[in-house]
Amino acid sequence: MTVTLPTDSIGAASAPPSKPGIPLRQRMSRGLAWTMLALLILVTLFPFYWALRTALTTNPDLFAGDNGLIPQNPTDLNFLRVLGQATPEEVQIASGRENSGSFDYLQALKNSVIIATAIAVGQVFFSALAAYAFSRLRFAGREKLFFLYLTGLMIPPIFTLIPNLLLVRGDFWLFQVTGESLNWLPFYESEGVFLLNTLPGVIAPFFLMTPFAVFFLRQFFLGINRSLEEAALIDGASHARIFRSVILPIATPQMITLGVLTYVTAWNEYLWPLVVARADEVQPMTVALGIFSSQQPGTAPDWSGLMAGTLLGALPVILIFLIFGRRLVDSIQFSGIK
Amino acid sequence: MAVTINTSDAPKRKLNLYGGWRAAFPFLLPSLIGFFFFFLLPTARGIYLSLTDWNLLSNSGDFIGTENYERLADDPLFWNSVRVTLFYVVINIVAQTLLAIGIAVMMDRLTKSAFVRAVVLLPYLIPNVIVTLLFVWLLDPTFGVVSDAIAAIPIIGFESNYFTSIDGVIPTIAAVMTWRHMGYTALLIFAGLQTIPKSLYEAASLDGATEWQMMRRITVPLLRPVLALVLVITVIGSFQVFDAVQVGTGGFGGRPGGPINASRVIYLYIFENAFNFNDFGYAAAISVVLLGVLMVVTAFQLKILRADESDLA
Repeated sequence: MTVTLPTDSIGAASAPPSKPGIPLRQRMSRGLAWTMLALLILVTLFPFYWALRTALTTNPDLFAGDNGLIPQNPTDLNFLRVLGQATPEEVQIASGRENSGSFDYLQALKNSVIIATAIAVGQVFFSALAAYAFSRLRFAGREKLFFLYLTGLMIPPIFTLIPNLLLVRGDFWLFQVTGESLNWLPFYESEGVFLLNTLPGVIAPFFLMTPFAVFFLRQFFLGINRSLEEAALIDGASHARIFRSVILPIATPQMITLGVLTYVTAWNEYLWPLVVARADEVQPMTVALGIFSSQQPGTAPDWSGLMAGTLLGALPVILIFLIFGRRLVDSIQFSGIK
Repeated sequence: MAVTINTSDAPKRKLNLYGGWRAAFPFLLPSLIGFFFFFLLPTARGIYLSLTDWNLLSNSGDFIGTENYERLADDPLFWNSVRVTLFYVVINIVAQTLLAIGIAVMMDRLTKSAFVRAVVLLPYLIPNVIVTLLFVWLLDPTFGVVSDAIAAIPIIGFESNYFTSIDGVIPTIAAVMTWRHMGYTALLIFAGLQTIPKSLYEAASLDGATEWQMMRRITVPLLRPVLALVLVITVIGSFQVFDAVQVGTGGFGGRPGGPINASRVIYLYIFENAFNFNDFGYAAAISVVLLGVLMVVTAFQLKILRADESDLA
């Protein structure tokens, strides 16, 4: 076998003149297409490499012209100072100035993780419940209610931003609610203004449903074979039981995928937390990075610190990408066809 | 044995098998609460607020009828924001869609590699804020490596101040957002390509058709329904550009929306009215107009592109 392979390829190599199937023009365009693909991958990955390369250089070195593909004096000081592990002297060396703006990475990381996890878990679970009702149960007005949910897809977030802010400030239009009544909530420390500047306030609008999640899961549940459930129903199983023991096990992979998608979306959210979570203790990563950059001067900002911060800020998403990349690709293709 | 007991029960039970509201209610309750408080109520309230002079600081306002809308019609900054947003949407959508189609076709015809698909998706997963900061650095007029590279390209190379240039800021943000979204868009289109029968390409290839001819005569017509859906999604998204503008022009000593008013997109203008001027009523009125525009644009697109019909019959 090992002998036949080379002979084959030699035979193929000498064949082209007698093979009119693939004209030169087409082979050239294939070569061109491969070049374009390589270029695409380069264009996609280069900015990340450059961020890393910048983060490994001190700010003074950067402005002194150390801008080759590989840093001349690589250093981990920038990462250390973003993590709050560097001494003031080291900060000065790495940033080139005494005060380079502050940014509590670990606090922002913690906030983002709590927010994104709560949203992903809550939204997927509660949307799955709704999707079960829409795909399996018959009740008056089902199609109308589902259509109403879908119209929610069309409403731009800024439209509900202002009314939702009023809600989070405890103003329910007809009545007012204060913060003291909520002390039982997890991650909640009352400062008097209901949910403003609290983690539950950032989480709330996305916690119980989004039209997209209900739609996505309903679409998937409709595709699950019903014979197993019907047998269980005839045996007298309750819907709660069927949901738990039949649907959940089958749908777990899709729910995880949707959860990952929701997690990333929640991690990337900027506008809503910018409005309701400006206090340091509740800022997620995106808002903290935005504020950090707005503290930078127009000339000679602290690029090495910023790039270390952005890389560390994107790190959780990059990890998710490495673990779930394949699944995310599949689910986005799924949402494209449906 | 069990069968005989069950038969008498069956017809009665069958009626209730799929529930009615009593069975559905516990499943629907959480989503109903979420939908009511964070979608339905805010939508109604947003429309109401647009008819008031609600102020954030005093947390109160009076009904003023259509005054906000009349003010809107004569507000040059509002019309500026409409112009800037449209300029952005056109550049972003044209570039993004063309590139995405190219990438999708390339992936379809060249390689089905999951690695390639995952790599093109990567930028979409990174927060706008981070992507923007990355490119403010890469496009820094003095130290940016990408701006240097662009200037060094023979013939078409140019220099620009990118985020701080009046003419350049919107094309710059549009290009950065294209970089972030083109892979995601390409994946949606790629999924659509998978539904086109391969036999059509084989037949065309036997007839001596070139790649370009196959693209024009087979791919584009059969892809139209998917393309329509993708365009609806991306155009709506494009109208809502905010993060990149806020961070890209607001950091580093700049003012959001700058230089001058060159990047004050409609989202930013709403945001500023609400939170810099505390004028919730006026901000809500602009939001209502935006919602109306998006609905018209969507309906128009679906009609033009005949999204519900396929040529594959």
